[in-house]
Amino acid sequence: MSSELQQPSPPATAQSTPTAAMIRTLGLVSAICGLIIVGAYQSTFAAVAANKRIATERAVFKVIPAAKSIAEFVALPAGGVEKVGAGDTANLAPGAVKFFAAYDGSGQLAGIAAEGGAKGYADTVRIMFGYSPTCQCIVGIGVVSMRETPGIGDKILVDKDFLANFAALDAKLNADLNALAHEVKTVKHGTKTNPWQIDAIAGATITSRAVGKAINDAAQVLLPMVVPQLEKMKERS
Amino acid sequence: MNVTTTRGWDEFMEGVWRQNPVFVMALGMCPMLAVTVSGVNALSMGVATIFVLVCSCALVSLMRGITPKEVRIAVYIVIIATFVTVVDYAIQAISLALYDALGAFIQLIVVNCIILGRAEAHASKNPPLPAMINAAGMGIGFTIGLLALGTVREILGAGTLFGVSLFGAGFQPWVIMLLPPGGFFVLGAWLLLFSWWARRNAGKPVKEAAENV
Repeated sequence: MSSELQQPSPPATAQSTPTAAMIRTLGLVSAICGLIIVGAYQSTFAAVAANKRIATERAVFKVIPAAKSIAEFVALPAGGVEKVGAGDTANLAPGAVKFFAAYDGSGQLAGIAAEGGAKGYADTVRIMFGYSPTCQCIVGIGVVSMRETPGIGDKILVDKDFLANFAALDAKLNADLNALAHEVKTVKHGTKTNPWQIDAIAGATITSRAVGKAINDAAQVLLPMVVPQLEKMKERS
Repeated sequence: MNVTTTRGWDEFMEGVWRQNPVFVMALGMCPMLAVTVSGVNALSMGVATIFVLVCSCALVSLMRGITPKEVRIAVYIVIIATFVTVVDYAIQAISLALYDALGAFIQLIVVNCIILGRAEAHASKNPPLPAMINAAGMGIGFTIGLLALGTVREILGAGTLFGVSLFGAGFQPWVIMLLPPGGFFVLGAWLLLFSWWARRNAGKPVKEAAENV
């Protein structure tokens, strides 16, 4: 009892480090670390930006085979499209959608590509799809990110029958140009009857559906905004 | 001279073998199980960890004289976080595909207990050179552990080793090895092997055991 009462006094005064020493050390460490971090950021900035640009180009080239170069655009909800610098999408207006215009070797518009996402089996499946104005259809898809089960869900990358759905997936707009004429929809394996339907992979229906939903959700929003403006992007500026 | 070399070697082998962070201390299990789906991932994670470990231990050791014990954890974490950020940028600059494959586990090197453990238990009490040697040994020990899991899981789960196909088209991959349970199976098997080996060695005469080390 008495020993407990005595305890609080000694440690506070005996050997405590002066406040100044603690602040000095923390300040010094922060300054050194700050310099190292900024140095690393500055020296890798160019390489990281180049890597990101190459990765985006590759993703777009994959979904639009004729593409040789790309430009980044933003579709505005009020109507109209705006060209933006590569990666410069930090301050997007609400409702605006980012997409890529892809040009062939002679500088003519080969198609547009955009990203979409929908909930898959494990997590959001993010895909990139290519749209060709000539056939008004989806001409290719690629996966941006997914965490689907290896060997099951990730068949959407390699399954030939599944990928054949995207050789010419109908994505025409309706007469009012405010939505797709037919909703892009994933149907059960073996029951595809229309060109706007996606034949699911047997055993990977959930992931297949996510791909369909991702395309549909993104295309329903983007295409009505972009298709009337295609003339403006006809040639590479 | 000879004595210091021996001490350096001892210091180094401490982490590689006797106190191997994976097989003996069972530390760093989170990245161990998560990123080891392929040999390349395992090796990159190992190299990244070695870099962070050696650099942060060097700096912690240099600052040991002026680090009051009240703020030491804050100092260590800031130092470790700094080098993790450097590695993060470096990997992005080298390969975005690798960066995506390792995912959040690069940033999570900050909280890898091997690194904070080294800073607290060794680097804060030793001069920079021994601290770095010890850290390098630990890092290499961790990398060996990662590779032990990564190669086995890649060979069984994908039929490849560092991306090179081993068995030809007829091989049916054991997909479960690439999934989380596969990580536990392989880790369990390695731990079993190691403790069996350690126990078998413990039974030998002292002289022989010493030679083996």
